[in-house]
Amino acid sequence: MLDFTILTNNLDTYLQGFGNTLKASLLALIFSFILGVIIAVMRISPMKVLQGAGTAYVEFVRNIPLILILFIFYYGLPTLGMELSGFQAGTIALSIYTAAFIAEAIRAGILSVDKGQMEAGRSSGLTYIQTMRYIILPQAIKIVIPPLGNQFINLVKNSSILGVVAGLDLMYFGDSISSATYVVFDVYIFVAVFYLILTIPLSLFVGYLERRLAVSG
Amino acid sequence: MDFIGAYSSGNLLFLLKGLGTTLLVAFIAIIFSFLIGSILGILRYAKIPVLSRIVAVCVEVIRNLPLLLIIFFTFFALPEVGIKLSVTMAAITALIIFESAMLSEIVRSGLNSIEKGQIEAARSSGLTYMQTMQHIILPQALRRMVPPIVSQFISLLKDTSLAVVISLPELLHNAQIVNGKNVNYVIPIFLLIAVMYFLVNYSLSLVARRLEMKERTNRKSTGKVLPAKQQTGEMM
Repeated sequence: MLDFTILTNNLDTYLQGFGNTLKASLLALIFSFILGVIIAVMRISPMKVLQGAGTAYVEFVRNIPLILILFIFYYGLPTLGMELSGFQAGTIALSIYTAAFIAEAIRAGILSVDKGQMEAGRSSGLTYIQTMRYIILPQAIKIVIPPLGNQFINLVKNSSILGVVAGLDLMYFGDSISSATYVVFDVYIFVAVFYLILTIPLSLFVGYLERRLAVSG
Repeated sequence: MDFIGAYSSGNLLFLLKGLGTTLLVAFIAIIFSFLIGSILGILRYAKIPVLSRIVAVCVEVIRNLPLLLIIFFTFFALPEVGIKLSVTMAAITALIIFESAMLSEIVRSGLNSIEKGQIEAARSSGLTYMQTMQHIILPQALRRMVPPIVSQFISLLKDTSLAVVISLPELLHNAQIVNGKNVNYVIPIFLLIAVMYFLVNYSLSLVARRLEMKERTNRKSTGKVLPAKQQTGEMM
């Protein structure tokens, strides 16, 4: 059976990892949201160059592994004389990777608003920016929130790659606890529980939002 | 940066070998995951008392864990309870556990996308539940599942790189070995394997999109199409 003394004896360490996992996920959520909005706007802008750049970003980043992006920052940059900590490299990699998915979610949300609304807004004298700000975005946001929630869940799970580069997250401390105690199985069960504490309520909440927003159309 | 040295034919061959392992492991994993995922998805869809609930809880727990944790678990923790797996087996097992849960959701939403009226119609025309599933529901649902499954395979190909942590000789692992020879190789090699991953996955995503388009035009009049878009970022 599970040895709970592993949990109680190392609670501080677990909590430190838990905190850093949460911190990396939140930071990456903010960065990837900002980057994602910029890329989504580029992709729907009328300028072909911006569209192309936005599309290239999304298609390239979505199709390569996250851990490769992490390695480029953690192992690649130092060869050019730029050192990053595991936590920094991990958070940057998570942001770059997730931005591609967030950009797609936002773009889909904006495109789902009927074209006629933009035309109506423009012909009643609003500028492009005003129409976006007051007419399109408020409607799009409803469609975008559940996929954003899903991205946050993925961020929490994906942040486990920090453990590979000594990023001081749950995975990393799980590893250090198991090296100190010579126990593996139980240590990782508790690590799993800490991840589930974050992800299960989040998924339930996103599911709830999806159902509610689906009903209100 | 030493592009010329990094891209020597020996290194390229070694990387291609890694890509081969990545593809092979991902392919084996997706086949088994589809079989297990189908069973889990159908069990959840069938709403069998207790059993469907248990399946639902297991699927949700696994879907909400990082794949990396599952890989650590199959390789480092299972030996502690007497199950010793080779690196390759541990990687494949972890991928199957994780992807089965993912695929079961695709199967379930494929089944759910078939209008309930069809079951009722089939049942009232005298078919048994099994016959209805086999001849009416599954053939339609399967067609709709193909695009999201291809997308899931893309995720799986990317996720296989996580097995670098247990030294599975896949593409990223082999890249790291080449990088170990010379620091000036690191960036050129990472760029090269990024392009390799991109070419494989982008071609697959075009296939998924085409299938989705075809599916959409096939059934313009009727119901839903499962999106082929990768849900995640999911590596997980």
